[in-house]
Amino acid sequence: MLARNDQNSLRRTPLYGLHVSLGGKMVPFAGYEMPVQYPAGVLKEHLHTRTAAGLFDVSHMGQIALRPKSGRVEDAAKALERLVPQDIMALAPGRQRYAQFTNEDGGILDDLMVANFGDHLFLVVNAACKAEDEAHLRAHLSDDCTIDSLADRALIALQGPKAEFVLAKFCAEAPSMKFMDAGPHKVDGIECFVSRSGYTGEDGFEISVPAGDAERLAKALLENSDVLPIGLGARDSLRLEAGLCLYGHDIDTTTTPVEAALEWSVQKSRRTGGARAGGFPGAEKILSQFDQGASRRRVGLRAEGRAPVREGAPLFADATSGEPIGKVTSGGFGPSLNAPVAMGYVPTAQSALGTQLFAEVRGQRLALQVAAMPFVKNTYKR
Amino acid sequence: MTMTLYTSDHEWLAIDGDVATVGITDYAQQQLGDVVFVELPKIGRTLKKAEAAAVVESVKAASDVYAPVSGEVLEVNEALAGEPALINSDAQGQAWFFKIKIADKSELGGLMDEAAYKAHTA
Repeated sequence: MLARNDQNSLRRTPLYGLHVSLGGKMVPFAGYEMPVQYPAGVLKEHLHTRTAAGLFDVSHMGQIALRPKSGRVEDAAKALERLVPQDIMALAPGRQRYAQFTNEDGGILDDLMVANFGDHLFLVVNAACKAEDEAHLRAHLSDDCTIDSLADRALIALQGPKAEFVLAKFCAEAPSMKFMDAGPHKVDGIECFVSRSGYTGEDGFEISVPAGDAERLAKALLENSDVLPIGLGARDSLRLEAGLCLYGHDIDTTTTPVEAALEWSVQKSRRTGGARAGGFPGAEKILSQFDQGASRRRVGLRAEGRAPVREGAPLFADATSGEPIGKVTSGGFGPSLNAPVAMGYVPTAQSALGTQLFAEVRGQRLALQVAAMPFVKNTYKR
Repeated sequence: MTMTLYTSDHEWLAIDGDVATVGITDYAQQQLGDVVFVELPKIGRTLKKAEAAAVVESVKAASDVYAPVSGEVLEVNEALAGEPALINSDAQGQAWFFKIKIADKSELGGLMDEAAYKAHTA
């Protein structure tokens, strides 16, 4: 069970009342009272998202507008490149990209989504990091950009194979959007920011909506029989099966993008020999890891038995050795696979697919294999 | 005639002579959510009262099931390993965890009857 903090100090999203009316079990999460599950339960919510559509309240996440003082979005892109190892200048209007704020040691301060809205950049950051992220942006980019926290907006994710069918009833442009398209669209007549993305491995959308319209929109989406409300419990099992990192667990200030197996998110233009190589915090370390490899790596892990292997479990090279070689950073039961899944860090020498490892759970060594991620094939509409 | 007692950790014991059948309560399964894995004690193991005897895992988390009394494990419910969801559908019936030979009946004194347990979970 999750620890109970002082409920009085917790914030509520604009959909709090809706969660309670839907029977959501509210728990403290990242400073908010959020639904961990609804009466359907984590297992059904997870499976429903994979077979129909799930609606998630992710309003606790930070939404930030980065507006160029020059009026030219490329100046905001150029400025943001000082803080992330991604190519933001090549991000076309109407497109979104996954990024990380890095620190001087090459560690990850937060991971985020960056969208080009034509005249400014739109950022979505983790709830637990949003105050620090904003301060970080202000400290480093204020000469070139104004940084607006869009605290008056909710964020609703609609995920799953029926998401397009459902959203098309409210937003005619939705079906023509491709994975990682993002921009302003009207949804049920409301001025929203819509992106075709998510955190489940499924096709789907994230909809930024003015706080005052959020409940009406969420209710309208939930009126469709294909859509169930989904809590944080299933959000976690869905993203785990999709092989996606959870900040503070699978990535943090001690892990670099290379160690975290996020090389794919760092475009060639920012790597050694690229047009704008380096120039972000920790570039020296991160680029040297690109060139020479890192000593450890985040890998997917599949257990041979049925026992879930959870966060914190030490990993061993064999069934009897004394010293752990790494540890599990996320793990649990994957409802779609009907089997345990986990991810963790191991020495690069032991990171090849198929390598047998052991996790210690309640004093017993359980056999695991390094496995390809995503564990469940993603269904993005590219 | 069996008598059912409860612990503050949400285990139930159906007592028949010097044998107790142990499981988790319906309240506990509701709190846990969908159970996906169960680890049962080995038959013949001698448990001490309040010792972790079994593990029950939902999608979200793992929880220990404690021995409500000291004694030797006589039998375990193998059906749970293949169908952990039984715990959600019939926690206080088919989904018993293990049977234990009660070593010291005086340990039953600290347990709750149904009315007291209802008050405990109210």
